[in-house]
Amino acid sequence: MGCTAERVADAVRAVARVVAEHREELVRLDREIGDGDHGENLNRGFAALAPRLAEEAPGTPGEVLELTATTLVSQVGGAAGPLFGTAFRRAAVAVGGVAELDARAVAAALQAALEGVVARGKAAVGDKTMVDALTPAVAAAESVAATGGDVAAVLSAAAQAAEQGAESTVPLVARKGRASYLGERSAGHLDPGARSTALLLRTLAGSAR
Amino acid sequence: MKKIVNDPATAVADALRGMALAHADLIEVHHDPAVVVRADAPVPRKVAVISGGGSGHEPLHAGFVGRGMLDAACPGAVFTSPTPDQVRAAVARTDAGAGALLIVKNYTGDVMNFEMAAEMAADDGVEVRSVVVDDDVAVQDSLFTAGRRGVAGTVLVEKLVGAAAERGVDLAGCEALARRVVGRVRSMGLALSPCTVPHAGRPSFELGEDEVELGIGIHGEPGRQRAPAGPADSLVPALLDPVLADLPFTGGDRVLLLTNGMGGTPLLELYLAHGIAERLLAERGITVERRLVGSYTTSLEMQGMSLTLLELDDELVELWDAPVRTPALRWGV
Repeated sequence: MGCTAERVADAVRAVARVVAEHREELVRLDREIGDGDHGENLNRGFAALAPRLAEEAPGTPGEVLELTATTLVSQVGGAAGPLFGTAFRRAAVAVGGVAELDARAVAAALQAALEGVVARGKAAVGDKTMVDALTPAVAAAESVAATGGDVAAVLSAAAQAAEQGAESTVPLVARKGRASYLGERSAGHLDPGARSTALLLRTLAGSAR
Repeated sequence: MKKIVNDPATAVADALRGMALAHADLIEVHHDPAVVVRADAPVPRKVAVISGGGSGHEPLHAGFVGRGMLDAACPGAVFTSPTPDQVRAAVARTDAGAGALLIVKNYTGDVMNFEMAAEMAADDGVEVRSVVVDDDVAVQDSLFTAGRRGVAGTVLVEKLVGAAAERGVDLAGCEALARRVVGRVRSMGLALSPCTVPHAGRPSFELGEDEVELGIGIHGEPGRQRAPAGPADSLVPALLDPVLADLPFTGGDRVLLLTNGMGGTPLLELYLAHGIAERLLAERGITVERRLVGSYTTSLEMQGMSLTLLELDDELVELWDAPVRTPALRWGV
């Protein structure tokens, strides 16, 4: 079964609920090595999404992703706004105007999202950022899509890899973003952007089941 | 934590409404997206000088909107960079055909949002240049950090470039001046207490009664070093020495000294610290030709201070002395 616009919209609404539930946790993680606004900012952006989806009723998966991108860019601010916004925009461009997404399209969208995040934020694996979660997620998604897995299997593999990738940020010393100002003091903490990326993918995987 | 706030989610917009009433002769405040513009914008043939950043640093940036300084400021959520839509709207409201110069503090989020805004404004047909301010000597500028932060030196960049733009200097000239100022301004700050972001509800870090945080930024983030508290005679050199060593500033230099409060520091203490800094500079043969003392780049209610030194020349002195009329800085008019 493919992903229609309605299912993709349901999935991003589910992400909005999960971000709201985890707002405090993300704020706490960000307070430890950043400035404590990550949960608040993401929540502000995703909370603005549901009314816009209802109002504009985007007709294709790509339009849902594009509306998500513009909403996040205009509402979130901070580093997360441009990064998540660029990720969703590149994903929207990658899937184009098709009515339903299959497993390969989902994997390609994740790949495009990663490329957008890297182009905007210029981080590499090991810098203690969302790239540490997204990079293994893309690799896992592509591997499952290439061997004939369905959308749910692709996203499930991506979520699991993202969670492991997020955990891998704990011992790292940050080299990008505000956490990098702490130098060695940033080690021993989970990166909030990697955590929210893993949460997002886990929620998308749950919605695809 | 007690605050004079109704709802953290609307605190910035609520404050902007009050600011609009307090300074109706100087500024106009627009909402959705939030932009503060000079009351007489767009000023014909003038380069639009625009800045912005997270709220919570007041009077930076909106307090510096007005004749001789900024044409517009984009206030983000507390300690969060503004969105590209805000900056794009600021450009649209102030561009008079001479282009726009964006003054950006060097933080990952600010740089990315202003970069996206510059792309959008270029699509709108406006010539836009950006200059990133990174005056904080507490952060190592290396491949392993996001680079030095932009802190109180930003006020000086905005004043000097604003004066040049008011005199009719073109976009390339304003950009070159901004880069020249950024190249000769250095700052460092310390905190005696953390601050509390309204929506976070708890202090940004914990600090013992007998400790100070050295090398803080302006977002309540911890610094690079925790040190025992001491008298002003030990705190002021802890800021001044790294600033002096960085450029470096040496005997015979002419400087502007900004003694800046972080929001919760009494002016009594700022003047006291300023006096020590001036004495230490005089001992090294450095001439303080201009000075500014007060809370101009703040971190909410944080107790603490920063010192900023700018190496002056005749042109910069003249631009500093040029008339300015904004909510937070006014002279010569």
